[in-house]
Order: sequence, then C-alpha cells, then structure tokens
Amino acid sequence: MATKLPKPDELAKIDFTPPETGWMDTPVEIKPGMFCWGAKAKNLRAVEFPNARDWSPAEEDWKLPGEWEGTVLEAMADRLSKYRSFKLFMDICVRCGACADKCHFFIGSGDPKNMPVLRAELMRSVYRKYFTTPGKVLGKLAGARELTYDVLKEWWYYFYQCTECRRCSVFCPYGIDTAEITMMGREFTNLLGLNTDWIAGPVANCYMKGNHLGLEPHTIKSSIEFFLDDIETVTGIKIEPTFNRKGAEILFVTPSGDLFADPGTYTAMGYLMLFHELGLDYTWSTYASEGGNFGYFTSNEMAKRLNSKIYAEAKRLGVKWIIGGECGHMWRVLNQYMDTWNGPADFLEVPKSPITGTVFENAKSTKMVHITEFTADLIKNGKLKLDPSRNDHLKVTYHDSCNTARGMGLLEEPRYVIKSVCNNFYEMPENTIREQTFCCGSGTGLNASENMDLRMKGGFPRANAVKYVRDKHGVNMLANICAIDRATLKASMEYWVPDVTVCGTHELVANALVMKGEKERTQDLRLETLPGKEGN
Amino acid sequence: MKILFSFFTVVFLVLLVFAGATTGNKYVLFLFGVIIPYAAFATFLLGFIYRVVQWGRSPVPFRIPTTCGQQQSFPWIKQNKIENPSTTMGVIVRMALEVFLFRSLFRNLKTELRDGPKLSYGSDKWLWLAGLAFHWSFLIILIRHYRFFIGEVPSVIHLIESLDSFLQVGVPLVYITDAVILAAVTFLFLRRVYIPQVNYISLAADYFPLFLILGIAISGVLMRYFIKVHIVGVKELAMGLISLNFMAPAKNLQEIGVIFYIHLFLISVLFAYFPFSKLMHMGGVFLSPTRNLSNNSRMVRHINPWNYPVHVHTYEEYEEDFRDKMKAAGLPVEKE
Ligand code: SF4
Ligand code: SF4
Repeated sequence: MATKLPKPDELAKIDFTPPETGWMDTPVEIKPGMFCWGAKAKNLRAVEFPNARDWSPAEEDWKLPGEWEGTVLEAMADRLSKYRSFKLFMDICVRCGACADKCHFFIGSGDPKNMPVLRAELMRSVYRKYFTTPGKVLGKLAGARELTYDVLKEWWYYFYQCTECRRCSVFCPYGIDTAEITMMGREFTNLLGLNTDWIAGPVANCYMKGNHLGLEPHTIKSSIEFFLDDIETVTGIKIEPTFNRKGAEILFVTPSGDLFADPGTYTAMGYLMLFHELGLDYTWSTYASEGGNFGYFTSNEMAKRLNSKIYAEAKRLGVKWIIGGECGHMWRVLNQYMDTWNGPADFLEVPKSPITGTVFENAKSTKMVHITEFTADLIKNGKLKLDPSRNDHLKVTYHDSCNTARGMGLLEEPRYVIKSVCNNFYEMPENTIREQTFCCGSGTGLNASENMDLRMKGGFPRANAVKYVRDKHGVNMLANICAIDRATLKASMEYWVPDVTVCGTHELVANALVMKGEKERTQDLRLETLPGKEGN
Repeated sequence: MKILFSFFTVVFLVLLVFAGATTGNKYVLFLFGVIIPYAAFATFLLGFIYRVVQWGRSPVPFRIPTTCGQQQSFPWIKQNKIENPSTTMGVIVRMALEVFLFRSLFRNLKTELRDGPKLSYGSDKWLWLAGLAFHWSFLIILIRHYRFFIGEVPSVIHLIESLDSFLQVGVPLVYITDAVILAAVTFLFLRRVYIPQVNYISLAADYFPLFLILGIAISGVLMRYFIKVHIVGVKELAMGLISLNFMAPAKNLQEIGVIFYIHLFLISVLFAYFPFSKLMHMGGVFLSPTRNLSNNSRMVRHINPWNYPVHVHTYEEYEEDFRDKMKAAGLPVEKE
C-alpha cells in the first residue's frame, strides 16, 4: 500500500468542497491507504474479546455475528447510562461548525466526515433514531437514521480515522470532545470483533508479555544491554541498571517502543545515563514494561486491564513511587484514569525527589511523576552539570503531544528542560502548539504501514508548521515527549519536511549531560561525530 | 429542502394563529392567549428539568477536563489557573467565562490552505461575536419583558430600558437589542446557508429555531414600532397569566390585536420545543465534563461509581510463562 502513496505536492491538493449528496445519502467508500488491516482472531482470543475471527475491511463481507445490531444498541444504552460525557455530547451539539476545520484529518483530507461534528453525527444520527422521541417520530427529518451494515462500516472507517486528540474539544463552546464519541464507537466495534490488527496485536502482546512489542523478559534485558554498549562507546562509562529489583526506591515505566526502534532508543539511552549520573535507586520491570496503553484504543475495560500492571508491580517490588517516561497517551491515561481504575495506591509514598528533596505535590495521589517534571526540578535546583553547546548544531523545535497538552497541561516542563540543554530553540506558530497542538497524525493505534495515505494526510498540519520554522529559522530537529511521535513524526518528516530529524527530549538531555568520569565526548548518542570534534 | 421545510413550518404556525385570532372567537383567543402559553411553559419547565435530571443520572466516571493551559506543578512554573484549573474556584471562573463570554468560541480560527502548500490559521471572531450578540440581546429582551408581568415596573427594568435605548430621543425609543438580535440571527442563518461545511452539517432542527426566533423578533418589532396593539389588554393578560388567575385576562382578549397572538404563539412554540431540541445546550453547557472538572486527578483520587474488578494477567502467571528464560537471563524470580 505504501508504494501507492502519492507525492507530497499531490497529497497537498486538498478539495474542501462537500459532495453534492447529503452526508446520509453518501455511502462510505473504504479506500485503500486509509485504514488498517482487520484484527486477527488469535489476538482477540488472547484477551478474551468476543467474536474473534479473521476478517478484512476491504472485503464486502465482514462476517458479522448474527444479531449484531442488538449488541450495538444494547451497548449504546449501557454506555449512555454510564458516561455523562457520552449522553450529553449526543444531545447538545448545535452544529455551529466551530470544530469543523480544527481536525487534522479534515484539514489533510477535506473529507467532510472527518469534521469532528460530522464524525459525531455519524453516531448521533443512530442515537436519535433509537433513543429520542423526535428521532423515532420524524426520522431523517430530525437527523435520525437506522443502524445498517453500511452505517456500521462508516462508523468503523471514521472512528479509526480519529486519533482522539481532543483538538476539537478546545474550540467547542460546550467542550464537546469527539474523542469521547470515538472511544464509544471503538467500544462498540470491538464487541463485534471489528478491531484493527495494529491495535489488537499490541494489546495481546501487552497483556501476555507485558509490553506492546511482545518483548520477552530476557529480550528487554538484552536490548537495554545493547544500549549500554553504545553509551560506553560515547562516554566511556559503564552503566549497570537493575531489573525487577525488590526494594528499589523508584519504579521506572516507559513505552516499550523506546527499547526497539530509532530514535526512541536514544531517548531510552538518555534515561539510563541520567539515572546513572544521579545514582538513582531505581529499577526497570519486565512485567510492567509498557507505559503506553493500546487497550485505551479498544475499550475502557481493556485499558484498565493493561494499566493494572503498573501498580501491581510497584506493590510487588515494594517501591516508594513511580517515574513515567516520555509518552503521550500513556500520560493521559496516568493523569486522568489510572488512579480511578486501579488505585488507591496507598502502598506507595508521596513522590519526593531523592536528589533535590522536592515533593511532587501534584502527584500525591497517583504517586507517579512525569520524567520531564523530575528532570526540570533537577535542572532548576542545579543538580545537573550541563553543556548545552554540545547541541549547538541543532536548531530545535518542540511538538506538544495531544495528550500531555490537552489531557494534562504539561507544557512548560519539557520546554524548560529543552531550553536548558539546547541553545537554539524556536517555537512553531502559536496556533499549532500547546493546547492547540496538532496531532502527529497517527495516534490511537493508527501508526501502521498500510494506512500511509491517512497518516500523511493527518500529519500534514503538524508537518506544515515544522516546515514553517525550518524555512524561517533553519530548524533541523523536532523534539517531543512521546514514543509514538518518535516513530510517526519520523515518517511524516521524511515525507513532508525531509531535512528535519526527530528526537526525544531526554536524548537532548543526555547529550548535554556532563557525567562524572566521562571521556571527552566526540560523538552524540547516535554515534554521529559532534561538529568540531572531527579531528579526534 | 431542510431550509424550506423549517421555513414553511414557521409560516404554517403563523397562518394557524392568524386564522385563529382573526375569528375573534373568545374561546379560540382563550386557547391561544391562555391555554397554549400555559401548556408551553409547563412543557418547557418540566421538560427542561427532566432532561437535566436524565443527564445527571449518568455519572462522570473519569476526570476528563480538556486542559487548555499549564498544569499545576512547581511553584516556579506559572499555572494557568483558569484554563487548567486544579481548584473549584478555578473551575467556577472557567465556567463563568464559558457561559457569559463564550471563551472557547473566542478561540475560533479559520484554517486556510494556500500555495506552498502553506496552512494558515487566521483569527475568526464573527461566529463568537454573532453568538454573543444573539444570546445577550435575547436575555436583555427577555428581562425587559418582565415589565408586562408586574404592576409597578421595578427601577432595574427602567434602567435596562434606558440603557438599551441609549442616546435617543423621540417616541418610541428604538431598542438596540431589537436591532442586534435581528442582525445576529440573520447572520447565523446566512452562515449556515453560505459556508459550505456548515451548510453540509445543518439539519432541519438547526434552521427551525432560527426561523422561529426570527418570527418572534419580527412580530415583536412590528408590534412595538408599527402595528399598535391594545397594551392594557396585553398587560392584563400577562399579569393574569403570571398570577395564575385564569379568568382575569379573558375580558379584553378580543381587543388586543392579531399580531400579539402571533408573537405569543411563536414564543409558546419555542418554549414547548425547547426541551426536545438542541436548544438544551443552555442547560448542558453547565454539565460538560471537559469544562466543569478540575485537573487534579493526580492529587485527589476521582471515584468511578461503577468501577468493577477486571480480569488481569498477574505477575505470577507471567513468571509461570517465562521463569526459565528469566532465570537464564539472570533476572530475579519469585519461585525458583
Ligand atoms: S463546536 Fe461543538 S457545538 Fe459546534 S459543531 Fe462542533 S461539536 Fe457541535
Ligand atoms: S479528537 Fe482529534 S482526530 Fe478526533 S475528531 Fe477531534 S480533532 Fe479530529
């Protein structure tokens, strides 16, 4: 599929004219390049999901279970009674259109069903038909329609074209969050076995093996040991981290993606170097070896099941508190869900930095601190020896992850860290950062390879803002705090803004970090020679 | 089609009351002047309460504010206490800004694709301005109407009236809000028709209230400035209605004038329609979990009333699966 991806200037020709026919009369067309492969039966069975079967979205027949309409409507009634957000957002939209051009998928595709309001109407129309009097009586006139096979396909297509980024919700006068509706849409499709394999696979892996990538315990250890060799090459320092160690003060949890592929691996090296330099009493876990949560892209229940491992492992190991690595949706989950699902974490202590003595009051209940909060505090208290000039060949900009921006408000901490370790920092235009940040285009488990059209379309607004600072300031490095970003922005930069590279924030930190007993640095963590050190 | 349907529904309603009121039959007038307004108001009140109670019955399982500013972290990082509140006070201010000033709509941008390709995001405050103008003038007009329901007109009403007709002499004073509401509703209608995306998402249920409100405003304006009605009769009727004295207003019903019945009937329809429609956003905005919750879920545990135990893959099961590999890699295990 990737071979068919049009050239960037082709893809950037976007037609915003809505079709002649009304949206209810425009049947969904499942276009190649815009969707991910269907979930394999074995991955759904691993987590006891219903209606597991092999199926293909490209085929006419999705092999739906009998009585599927009943299953969906029953689930809908159930969720309406459980989530005020869902019920309210079904009722109060005035279709003002303020959210319409705020979605990166609409901006990048021009498809009106990618306007948040219309994405939500896809579900609302069914809600009206079965759950409201005007909809029952007036039908189409009241914007109501029946739940048919085609409607279900349309749901599936468009609810897996929403990254639950919540940008729409920032602009809506009632705070209507289309992500909440997408989540419900995904819950319903999961009841029918209609997931994508790019999500179902990691979920099954994470459930059985502890992380999305399915790295087994010994592999986690050996991956990290591999990084240690590189670190030794760069710094001359030998680091010996511990795994599953009881009695450590801190448990460290980060997305497994960082153990696997560049440039996330450099971020993982950054963590290892920082913690070593501090002499931090911490441990990695192979059981709770995933910070991210692809379960969150299937159903609330699955998300809770995967998330439970973090507290369970903290308890088993007897640590005092937890540090979480750089990841976007991981932090939405940790900030807004974890304690509610799997707390109270009364067996842990209120996090207190052993280096600075700072008590992390804002995490006093979950007991989990974001790594950039931890590092910002270290820098503020002068506990790190830094040489930002080692990053002088970089002109850095920063991408706020949707989730840390709009589901947490972690805006200044990463900026403070980056500005402390880099001399050249430039912000992207104001309407594309902080709470108005644009999604990388591939969140919520859409970062597969068969849906590159979709990803590049959705990634267009972010990439375009990067291009702006590249042209204006010569920016060549896009920093972020998200493992998915590190993978997806890399692809989107290669496509849209080829001369910009992507890195995690702690890669920059580690490059600038002057470690005790290190040899003169001539290479960065990528084993590339630092400018001015060519002769060495 | 949707537009025409909504338009003709309102026209039909006008013709209906026109036909009724011109008969001069006192029973018909009693229907339009007393029974329907009561029924409409009762529907509004009960319906509104019912809807809000229905929403309230669904719990808020998770603390999901949309954070639009810096979180609370260290004393040396300035928190945005309003856009990312961690206290109830912050939430109250955030909600007040949302309800009274339409804070989120104020953020509105217009995304444009230029050559290059280059995306630009221009500020676009027209929707915000029209929305604000519409809602505020509606409210002020509503408050002004209080004078009809009370014997002695309170001084606040006088004050509002004089402010609303600021800098004018002559009779009758033209109320600014009358002009504003007509302009704002017209703008809201036109953008629905002419902006292709907004047109594409619009339902009949979006046009109908606009026409209805336009009808109410026009009939009101006609009555005030052009077609005189029997104002004493109107006041008697209004006071009778509010004091639940059903028979008192009946005396002068025939004198009042048809245009008044049109005005009143359209208002009745609006009230009765309200609880069944998107107009419920008026109540809903207060309940929106992305706005009315503080972002303190790492500080205070939020409770989900239906949280239930789930099936998890325990560490023991995991170790069972991997014990040999773990031992071989030198990883500690619970059971040798
Ligand atoms: S901004 Fe809100 S109210 Fe307006 S169309 Fe979008 S979801 Fe509906
Ligand atoms: S949550 Fe994001 S991706 Fe989904 S509709 Fe809203 S803006 Fe689009």
